[in-house]
Amino acid sequence: MPLTMQYVPFEEVSGLDSERKIQKLIKIVKQNKLVLMEGTLTPQEEADLIEETMETIDSKFKGVEITSFNPLEKNSRQIQDKLKQLFIETLFGRRRGLTIIGPANIVREIRKDPNRIQLFLSNRGR
Amino acid sequence: MIKKFKNFLSGILLIFKNKKHIRLGIYGPPNAGKTSLANRICKDWIGEEMGKVSPIPHETREIQQKEKVTVQSNGKKLSFNLIDTPGIATRIDYEEFIKKGMEKREAQTRAKEATKGVIEAIKWLDNMDAVLVVLDSTKNPYDQVNITIIGNLAARNIPVLILGNKVDLKKANLKKIEAAFPQYKVVGISAEYGNNIDQFYKELFRLVK
Repeated sequence: MPLTMQYVPFEEVSGLDSERKIQKLIKIVKQNKLVLMEGTLTPQEEADLIEETMETIDSKFKGVEITSFNPLEKNSRQIQDKLKQLFIETLFGRRRGLTIIGPANIVREIRKDPNRIQLFLSNRGR
Repeated sequence: MIKKFKNFLSGILLIFKNKKHIRLGIYGPPNAGKTSLANRICKDWIGEEMGKVSPIPHETREIQQKEKVTVQSNGKKLSFNLIDTPGIATRIDYEEFIKKGMEKREAQTRAKEATKGVIEAIKWLDNMDAVLVVLDSTKNPYDQVNITIIGNLAARNIPVLILGNKVDLKKANLKKIEAAFPQYKVVGISAEYGNNIDQFYKELFRLVK
């Protein structure tokens, strides 16, 4: 059975409040699909996503694997980098970067290094 | 009107109660050594352990608190309420517990309790005055859970000290944690064996000054 990746463009979630956005993403993941979302979640949304995932876990749904990549978030100490990031996010939202969310029964691990993301898939559940 | 006044009064009392002892939280992913660190602090300063540790993930599934822990370093004293939290994870699979030797029913119960523990840990983020983020220094620090925890603490302006635990192990790589979170102070420790614990206590004073 092939693994389906569903692309979620920024426009599709930018108008949603956090709760609806997260519910939408989890709904796709629960269909055993890998979400490729344009942009990134806020830290609060990431925490909400974990909470919602925990509420949803049962004998079939084991949770999610998630990672995000944002070229602006370089953990820089430089104040000008932080201001630049804040400025761009204020103007355009969290559009830059990419978020990957997969069902834990299919995606065993997502390993991220600063510039590389590796997906390790499980045979279980496929 | 009376209810409103009572709420107002309890709010004021809570502010004073909270100011008396700061709440120092311990956060991190499962099996990073959060409870080992809590035990180390409690054994060093009050002579008793705080919680049980286990090689099976999610041993701590409820918030554990130890009130009025007083630490001394360089002639200074610091009192706080220590709060050990369940490990934050994005996945919990009872079958993983079975692989570690648990019976199915016990594993399912543990998984259910662990999901509630994760939710509780996240909700408690708002109650913390300062946080020790414990990471396993033998693991990849770029895990999204670590980024989410630290991102949420930063968004709440809560002071953070990152502890790279298990530096006694050969695979430990503290430099990788420092590279992942360059804006934070990182201290390498072994909560189990006490390596570099004095340095940690010194940094703890800086964290909550």
